[in-house]
Amino acid sequence: MSDQSSVGKPVSRLEGRLKVTGAAKYAAEYDAPNLLYGYVINSTITKGKITSIDTSAATAVEGVVAVFSHENRPELPWLDIKYADMDAPPGTVFKPLYDNEIKYNGQPIALLVANDFETARYASTLVRFEYEEEFFETCLDNNLEKGRDAKKGIATLLKPPPPAPTGNFEKAFENSAVKHTAEYLHSTEHHNPMELFATTTVYEGNGKLTIFDKTQGTINNQLYVANAFGLSYKNVRVIAPFVGGTFGSGLRPQHQLFLCVMAALELKRNVRVTLDRKQMFTFGHRPQTYQKLRFSTDENGSITAMNHLAIGETSQFEDYAESVVTWSHKLYPAANTLLEYKLAPLDLPSPLDMRAPGGCTAMHAIECMMDELSYKLKMDPLELRLRNYSEIDPSTGKSFTSKELKQCYLKAAERFGWKDRNPEPGSMTRGNKLVGYGMATGIWDAYQFPSRIEAIITKEGKLIINNAVTDIGTGTFTVMTQVAADALGLPLEDVTFNYGDSQKPFSMFQGGSAIAASTASAIIIAARALKKKLLKKAKAISNSPLKAAAEDDVMFKNGTIRLKKDPMSVVSFQEIVASNNGRPVRTVNMGMPHAFKLRKYTKATHSAAFVEVEVDKELKTIAVTRAVSAVAAGKILNPKTARSQITGSMVWGISKALHEETILDEKLGKYINTNLAEYHIPVHADVNELDVIFADEPDELINEAGVKGVGEIGLVAMPAAIANAIFHATGKRINKLPVHFDELL
Amino acid sequence: MNQFSYIRVNQQQAAVDAIRKDKAAMFIAGGTNLTDLMKRGIVSPERLIDINRLPLKEIKAEKNFIRIGALALNSVVAENSLIQKRLPLLVQALNSGASAQIRNMATVGGNMLQRTRCHYFYDTALPCNKRQPGSGCGALEGFNRMHAIFGFSDKCIAVHPSDMSVALMALDATVLVTGPKGERRIPFSDFHRLPGDRPETDTNLQPGELILAVDIPDAPFAQYAHYLKVRERASYAFALVSVAAALHIEKNVIREARLAMGGVAHKPWRLTEAEKYLAGKAVSETNFTEAAKIAMQGAKAFKHNAFKLKLGPNSIVQALKTASKLS
Amino acid sequence: MNKKLPGTFIEKKQPDDSRRDFLKQSALLSGLSITPSIALKAANEHWDEKLAAAIEKTSLQLEINGVQQSLSVEPRVTLLDLLREQLNLTGTKKGCDYGQCGACTVHVNGKRILSCLTLAVMQDGQKVTTIEGLADGETLHPMQEAFIKHDGFQCGYCTPGQIMSAVACIREGHAESEDEIREYMSGNICRCGAYPNIVNAISEVKKGGKKV
Repeated sequence: MSDQSSVGKPVSRLEGRLKVTGAAKYAAEYDAPNLLYGYVINSTITKGKITSIDTSAATAVEGVVAVFSHENRPELPWLDIKYADMDAPPGTVFKPLYDNEIKYNGQPIALLVANDFETARYASTLVRFEYEEEFFETCLDNNLEKGRDAKKGIATLLKPPPPAPTGNFEKAFENSAVKHTAEYLHSTEHHNPMELFATTTVYEGNGKLTIFDKTQGTINNQLYVANAFGLSYKNVRVIAPFVGGTFGSGLRPQHQLFLCVMAALELKRNVRVTLDRKQMFTFGHRPQTYQKLRFSTDENGSITAMNHLAIGETSQFEDYAESVVTWSHKLYPAANTLLEYKLAPLDLPSPLDMRAPGGCTAMHAIECMMDELSYKLKMDPLELRLRNYSEIDPSTGKSFTSKELKQCYLKAAERFGWKDRNPEPGSMTRGNKLVGYGMATGIWDAYQFPSRIEAIITKEGKLIINNAVTDIGTGTFTVMTQVAADALGLPLEDVTFNYGDSQKPFSMFQGGSAIAASTASAIIIAARALKKKLLKKAKAISNSPLKAAAEDDVMFKNGTIRLKKDPMSVVSFQEIVASNNGRPVRTVNMGMPHAFKLRKYTKATHSAAFVEVEVDKELKTIAVTRAVSAVAAGKILNPKTARSQITGSMVWGISKALHEETILDEKLGKYINTNLAEYHIPVHADVNELDVIFADEPDELINEAGVKGVGEIGLVAMPAAIANAIFHATGKRINKLPVHFDELL
Repeated sequence: MNQFSYIRVNQQQAAVDAIRKDKAAMFIAGGTNLTDLMKRGIVSPERLIDINRLPLKEIKAEKNFIRIGALALNSVVAENSLIQKRLPLLVQALNSGASAQIRNMATVGGNMLQRTRCHYFYDTALPCNKRQPGSGCGALEGFNRMHAIFGFSDKCIAVHPSDMSVALMALDATVLVTGPKGERRIPFSDFHRLPGDRPETDTNLQPGELILAVDIPDAPFAQYAHYLKVRERASYAFALVSVAAALHIEKNVIREARLAMGGVAHKPWRLTEAEKYLAGKAVSETNFTEAAKIAMQGAKAFKHNAFKLKLGPNSIVQALKTASKLS
Repeated sequence: MNKKLPGTFIEKKQPDDSRRDFLKQSALLSGLSITPSIALKAANEHWDEKLAAAIEKTSLQLEINGVQQSLSVEPRVTLLDLLREQLNLTGTKKGCDYGQCGACTVHVNGKRILSCLTLAVMQDGQKVTTIEGLADGETLHPMQEAFIKHDGFQCGYCTPGQIMSAVACIREGHAESEDEIREYMSGNICRCGAYPNIVNAISEVKKGGKKV
């Protein structure tokens, strides 16, 4: 009999046909009759108040239906608690159009609604605002002294404050044989998915709304809308089966959702609001971060002391925190640690989780620091990592549920050809290029969220799985179909995974690389329950060949239950449903992280990146010519989609190291490269050979699926590996990202 | 984008007449820059005159020059066998610009007329003397990494973004235009302006004039030519610095050199003094380095573009080395 | 405009359905033929005779995916917005609207262009092919098959533009090497970073030698 199991196989994305034919619909693409178009208007000052609004020129344009601002916004509860979504940081949530206060440049301050898109866009430029301006601060470098402790809130559960100091850092650092101090600066970054944020709201009447939204969390946004507008939850439906990338920007409801729903309710019409590309720079982003590290080792390279100070930017109204300083001690043992994290409030929008938030920022600094130490020690950088390798979590003393980082180091080094490295910086060349080799470690937490799965066997004997989760390009739809198929012993084509809909059972937003673990585990639990039910009903059928069977005696295969010892003793799912009066057999189950069982463990993914760069001897232009990433992430459900996640995040690593940054004009307090020609995402020509290895890392403990999630780990090690390679090629350390090649001139 | 009326013309005279009658009218050809500017409210013509049907697309070898029609598409020019054989510098410059899709839409005339991409020019909420005379120059004290090191004024430090124009400058092209006063020829070096006191005017085209063609004189620059474009990512980005280098070499001696830079000034920057220096000199890195030093005389940088003072000469040397096949 | 029922998945259209829908739409949208006086003026001044020189909608003939359409649009409507907002051909994507990302790539007369940077009226009389017109009925184009096989997409938003560009890249003769593919595909940005897989897909189709 053929092996029809699909988990672990490189199954092509099941929605592939829809995506390659243009049939897949995204939020701005759902047709609705008599659709109105809303265009968001943004503040052109950084801080202060709106003193007057003149809409006369705009409303005189034929086709303009309404202009909404704080002056005529609807009467709503406007209580902060109603607006705080599941990812809201501690503080006061931003409420669009609430009052005349301007908190940051580009703040949405009005919505113009018209009969067609061109009229809406044009008329929005005719609304005149007068402002009273106030002094502002937007540049982190000038405001480091404002750094203070982060406020605590629910989000703190996932991003705990740094642990207390251990040992005596200053003394140990002072007395150590080898030491280094360095500062690292990271610029602002914006998520910039290809799809612009958009919402199409269908006004169904009777307080009912069907909302096609760009989001990572259908239920998060459903709750937000219901709360903010005082609607009943069951009357708000958020649908998002296809999402054009989010990378964190869809963790929170965006203001175009609020404004679109507001307009739909006020005008009792179907409304679409799409942001333009410059407006994609007017909400959450990766914050500017300052880091100062002081690490020391003994003469053999064993780390003796680690001090990591990080100051991150936040807004004046919410304390957005990241886990920045907790990573070094999760990787490397040290008897003396001093980890400090502060936030500096600035007149900017609240930052928002952006792929590997905190982790990729921190690991750049930590792994560059390790590289510096390796040169001071005259030790191979890989050797230094192995010297300080810990099988257990040094910060807590706990074991990992699994940790195959060493395997990653060795396999990646081998694949890359690390042994050919000549340690002397600038010693390796190729024609008129300097060649550099760099390596770095990656680590990311393996989270899991609760997830509720409805599993149904239909009268055709096929399986339906229902869950509200989104697929933001991660492959969730395909992978969960695989998990469900295997769990019930069905071929893939007999399984339908309905997702991307808030009406389906609970899913947390897709994020933190947690969804694969969360949803797969819940599917497995639901499948177990469903199989129990199916077997019970199968046994109850008169003259059932399975009458005496216990759970261990049977196998589920191809839509049937059969005795392991006698494959001819078979009951089909169709027969079971028929025996159930034709009613589908159904179960709803919750999957939860095993917080109690795993309280003695640390759960993390690990990676190792090895990178080769070429630097032009004269022009100093930098190219990443090849890179190898080895990733230890538990069970890999689909090597094809997982590999793409890793290579995709390696491209993000190249981007973070060499290209992308949002430029702040300090005088204006404004981001100024708010377009895709000046905000540099790598193009085809920037990306060469990328190789991926998945370590063999079985994990029986972590969850039912043995899965850890691969969405972010591939990014974490890359920036440092690239920076280290640049040093190896040129002898120059540039500790501010992105590295501008001209700094090497 | 404001509402506007739209007409299409089939004949050259109709185009000239249509624009003369209507001060608020503009020609539209490929539209790759104009539609962008209109969407952002930077220009708001009340009428667009679509000139795409005019018979100005021909690429032809004349007696001692090559004539390229103003409406010839960038990609068509770059793929044309005559141009590939005789003007490889132009081909390289064209192919380094924009993307394949844009090159399939953009015309030669439009490429020359494209506006700067300075972000202060592009954002109607920010001060820009080019867009709004008298409002100030946001780049002067602002973020000016992409901006000029030559030929600027205290009113404007923007650069011209066209690669093709740098090559045409080096090749001593002439622009053939027609207008209310009839046809005239503009040497390429006089086509684009320096900002001076009137940064709002990019070129010396008079109101109502239509570009008909670009003529490139025959010259022995096909064998040793290179367009070097240095940018922040490997493709699809404007130049930080670019160099068009073409040499006439005989027996390892440079008979004549043509050099122009992009990304450094309000117009393509011809390196006349460096060209003079190289004439009669042997092909050598030392001579190239000296030429580059001469070329950079008078360069002045701003807060964020001081790197161009190093990248500039390095790029000139590299371009000359590649053009002369010196390794 | 057709009302589409909101739902998680939109049913795939049969070719006949789309033709029928287009005819329905063009009946709704076509209007404004020019008056005789303007026709005379147009002839005298050598304007395009089919035009009404007016701010209101202008008539426009386009062949889209093999179907002739008589439309009436404001001059300021881009080809991209015409496709997405008026014809419900949402396969062509808007990533930036300023010609900086390539997501809106379509073919006009077989050549790849950015539909956000051209006005619909400028394309009067031309043949437009969008991603919806690439497959042959139910049979996917080899490039579409290759993208699925090589996982040349993740979120799928840049994908139609990438595919239209990829097909044109081969037709142009710019897919002779992986380096050339990378350079000539650089006008299509992918934030998910699917670049290596896209290059593999294009290489496979190129090597396969089938006419694209």
